[in-house]
Amino acid sequence: MIELFGYLLSGVTVGFIYTLVGLGFTVIYNSSGIINFSQGEFVMAGGMSTVFLLYAGLPLGVAFFLAILITSMIGIVLYKLISLSRDSSQISLIILTLGFAIFLRGLAQVIFDKQLHTMPSFVGEGAFEIFDTTLSYQAVLIMVVASAIVISLYLFFQKTKTGQAMVAASNNVDAAKLMGINIKKILMLNFAISAVIASIGGILLTPITSTNYEVGIMLGLKGFCAAIIGGLGTPFGAVAGGLVLGILESLVAGYVSSEYKDAVAFVVLLAILFFMPGGIFGNLKSQRV
Amino acid sequence: MLKRYNINTQILLLIGILIVIPFLFQNDFYYEIAILSILNALIVIGLNLLMGYAGQVSLGHGAFAGLGAYISVVLTSNYGLTPLLSIFISVVIMGLLGFIISKPILKLKGHYLAMATLGIGIIINIVLEVEEEFTGGVDGMSVDSFVVFGYEFDNSVAWYILCAVLLVFTIWAFENLIKSPFGRLLRSIRDSEKAANSVGIDVSYYKSIVFVISVVIATIAGSLYAFFSGFISPQEASFTHSIELVVMVVLGGLGRVYGAIFGAVILTVLPQLLTSFEDYETLVFGMIIISVMIFMPKGIASIFDKVVKKKEQNSASSK
Repeated sequence: MIELFGYLLSGVTVGFIYTLVGLGFTVIYNSSGIINFSQGEFVMAGGMSTVFLLYAGLPLGVAFFLAILITSMIGIVLYKLISLSRDSSQISLIILTLGFAIFLRGLAQVIFDKQLHTMPSFVGEGAFEIFDTTLSYQAVLIMVVASAIVISLYLFFQKTKTGQAMVAASNNVDAAKLMGINIKKILMLNFAISAVIASIGGILLTPITSTNYEVGIMLGLKGFCAAIIGGLGTPFGAVAGGLVLGILESLVAGYVSSEYKDAVAFVVLLAILFFMPGGIFGNLKSQRV
Repeated sequence: MLKRYNINTQILLLIGILIVIPFLFQNDFYYEIAILSILNALIVIGLNLLMGYAGQVSLGHGAFAGLGAYISVVLTSNYGLTPLLSIFISVVIMGLLGFIISKPILKLKGHYLAMATLGIGIIINIVLEVEEEFTGGVDGMSVDSFVVFGYEFDNSVAWYILCAVLLVFTIWAFENLIKSPFGRLLRSIRDSEKAANSVGIDVSYYKSIVFVISVVIATIAGSLYAFFSGFISPQEASFTHSIELVVMVVLGGLGRVYGAIFGAVILTVLPQLLTSFEDYETLVFGMIIISVMIFMPKGIASIFDKVVKKKEQNSASSK
């Protein structure tokens, strides 16, 4: 029982990270219909930049801020590249974002290095004791910050004028244009927001699992699995999908086989795609292409 | 009649190039690159049939090639079968596997299809890494030499001839396939599945057939690559390899048989040139993909279209 509780806790912790990556996908997908295969590299960029800014001797807060700023710039660069593209077919855009991911990995290799890096937890190394299992402060921080991001994202899209304009733009581009909404600006903002969410995930995760230039591949793919499991295009689905995925992974690693842990996300992904393509919370409408 | 003639001149040109190229080779390394390019080109031709003619993306073909290769290798090393028989059995297994998974997979479209093929590819890759007793795990395993009817392929020239012949045969087969009613059928599916369906074409059946063809070719080329290099690792089945293959298709030009060769050759030769830059290899590779997608989304083969068009215009205006 205690074992199970421990697995659940660690599953939820990782699940929140998948949620953040999945949310990043959702924000870009909803606004532009593009699946951004470099989302995982945004996560990597957030974590790696923070680590190296800390190495450079900057204070924690400044390092966070700069890392998030750098990653949002990367998001904007990706948007600019996509808008330069002469062909907007799905295959081309998938490959463009895949190419951008490879580019970012290469860039990280050159600017940083190929080593594994970690940083100390920024809320201390201590842990809560709950029913004989421990829950590190960092894990609690991940849960709190991720939840806060989910809520503020919801409020942003529902309550603020910019947020509503973004929703309008994703619903009907032409109508939004007629209402005087600057679509290009909106799209760029979406890419930046998505990158910010991802970079925060990367920063939060680094003290727990450490980071390197390749860490984004699996994180990005799993985040996408989370988004599809919950129902692509629904922010709430990304949260649910992320948590389900995190918990399942943790249970499989604990009870079945730690070697096959990484396969869980993709097995679940296939099951969802084959049997309920709308995801847990999506409707079939989101399956339209 | 004219089209028929066209196919033959292109094939003859290809044969000519394949014969002339070795005279430029200075050492075995050149042969190695050429063989590698041809084997990649074979996989890309199959994948191109799926992507360019049937309009279905696959981000898992590296894994299919890798799994097919592993089956061939394990059958020769662990069960003592001859390489040719092993490849044959592997082709049958992979063909069946491809047919079975194609049914649910090809119902999906766009991103969902890309993601499903990617998922299957990664699962295959993980299985190959974990099942060490069969596959040697992450470190890979060595492969027996390639002996066919008592002849051992132990030099690059023999391998080059084998691969070149295979390439010419495959292209010839494909050109004919595409010009046949089957090819027209595929294009109709690509252009509009609904329309194809409404005129009575069994869309899902034909999509499955194309998927199986592309998986079978990947299996053959992947197996030959393993026998040629004498070594195989799960790296062959990695996500990165799958992506490279898709990029080769798009770089060459979707739906262009000869484009596949361009794409494969460029992306096989390029990393060899870039190895001298070591750390910058990935960076430059990424930049190339991005710039191709931005400036040449129709692929390299599209450049020739422009040249041909201009010539046609010129000759038309001179008349």
